[in-house]
Amino acid sequence: MNPAAIDVTDTTVHHGHILALDRLDLHIPPQTVCGLLGTNGSGKSTLFKTILGLTRPDHGRTRIMGHTPTAARRAGLLAYLPQAEQVDWTFPLRVDDVVMMGRYNHMGPRRDPRPTDRQAVDQALHRTALTELAHRQIGALSGGQRKRAFLARALAQNAPILLLDEPFAGIDKHSESTITDLLRTLPAQGHTLLISTHDLTQVPTLCDQALLLQRRVLAQGTPEHVLRPELLMQAFTTHTPQEDPA
Amino acid sequence: MNETLTALTDFFALPLQSPRIQRALLTAVAAGLVCAVLSCWITLMGWSLMADAISHAVLPGVVLSYMFGLPITLGALIFGTGSVALIGTVNRTSRIKEDAAIGVVFTTMFALGLVLNSRMPTRTDLEDILFGNILDVSNTDTAQVLTLTALALTLLWYKHRDLTLYAFDPVHAHTLGLHPRRLEALLLGLLALTVVVALQAVGIILVVAMVIIPGTTARLLTDRFETMLALASAIATTAALLGVLTSFHLNTPTGATIVLTQSGAFTLAYLLSPRHSPLTRPRQRTRT
Repeated sequence: MNPAAIDVTDTTVHHGHILALDRLDLHIPPQTVCGLLGTNGSGKSTLFKTILGLTRPDHGRTRIMGHTPTAARRAGLLAYLPQAEQVDWTFPLRVDDVVMMGRYNHMGPRRDPRPTDRQAVDQALHRTALTELAHRQIGALSGGQRKRAFLARALAQNAPILLLDEPFAGIDKHSESTITDLLRTLPAQGHTLLISTHDLTQVPTLCDQALLLQRRVLAQGTPEHVLRPELLMQAFTTHTPQEDPA
Repeated sequence: MNETLTALTDFFALPLQSPRIQRALLTAVAAGLVCAVLSCWITLMGWSLMADAISHAVLPGVVLSYMFGLPITLGALIFGTGSVALIGTVNRTSRIKEDAAIGVVFTTMFALGLVLNSRMPTRTDLEDILFGNILDVSNTDTAQVLTLTALALTLLWYKHRDLTLYAFDPVHAHTLGLHPRRLEALLLGLLALTVVVALQAVGIILVVAMVIIPGTTARLLTDRFETMLALASAIATTAALLGVLTSFHLNTPTGATIVLTQSGAFTLAYLLSPRHSPLTRPRQRTRT
């Protein structure tokens, strides 16, 4: 059997006194699209940070395709789409400059782009329908175009595992369908996707698997199985003492 | 026409006959260049206050170097990087916000420098340290400035894409297996190095101008980082050249004249830049 794409075992994370993840166990098989569902404060961002090695758990073990988070990052196994508000959009970079940053771990120490890198960038821009905006300053993009630019960066990186944090939050219908169609094609090309989302209507069409989080995994399985009213009630009405600070 | 030409030739040629001015010019241009390149990252990171802090915090290092007959660059560098580390520690280990930590550390260091200076058996000329005295730099000083400039520019040339990635999106840098903390340390180390280089040219008080104004000016004129680097360098080297020559003819303080020339470039860019000018900007908000 293949090793799981993402394997998190018995993991507990505290932010100060707030319990963010509580002995969480999670196994995501390779080449699936997995929807991560839960309220604010359910630990979605913390889970991403744990997989990326940005948060040090109090306890537990994380493996990405059998590697530790550090080794996985060095091997270029992980790509991450942050929520858009986490960078400075006035930064003097063009869309193609940002997408090129996805190629840095394919390059030498000075990050001089080679023809293959330019090709990968052009291709990623094409797949996200951004070719015509390639020379725009990134701040001149709309919310949906910004998400697509980050997605293009992740595609250019060509990492087997993509972590997407709320990719559909606050974007237009056109961008949403461009992103959804594109994401559906990725498992066949060997990618595994973990997507956090508030938008439950997306889940049945987009995801092979859904995962209900409330500091630990309440349910995991096919979208039909997980999106049952009694389970959703449990996940979305459980009292969360405090907002996730992340 | 001919008179204009003669006047122009005199403006450039007359001062250049003196080896003193030649040295000053070389030092000012080198310092201006390295400061300008670094200033592009500093302004984008929002580290202007940090630059100001480092420049003031080196004072005790300079005084102690005089005391023990060491090169002032050495003492300045130790206190510059030491202060950065101290600011980081105070910031991380207490509930104090960063700007307050910076304020506490740099004023303390500056005051310590003033007190040390007053207790020295042979007083250094405080005015030279505070306001710079580029016309009296020795060959050794110039050689030091050139060496450190070359070192800083080489590091920046080698690491510039990683530094830009860190400045724009440290989380992505982390995801790619790079080390944002190390890149931050490198950028702060280069800032300390550069401030020390420019100290010779314009003195402690005005050095911060050299690592803010060129990058800020260039930012008004372009939306591309690579262009910003080129513009900032051009602005700063031109300002160094014109500043030194003008100060010779008008008999004004050299450091201050260089800074004023840079300020002139900033004012022009601010008023004339196509997208940001307050003269041409439409009434409604243009920010996205």
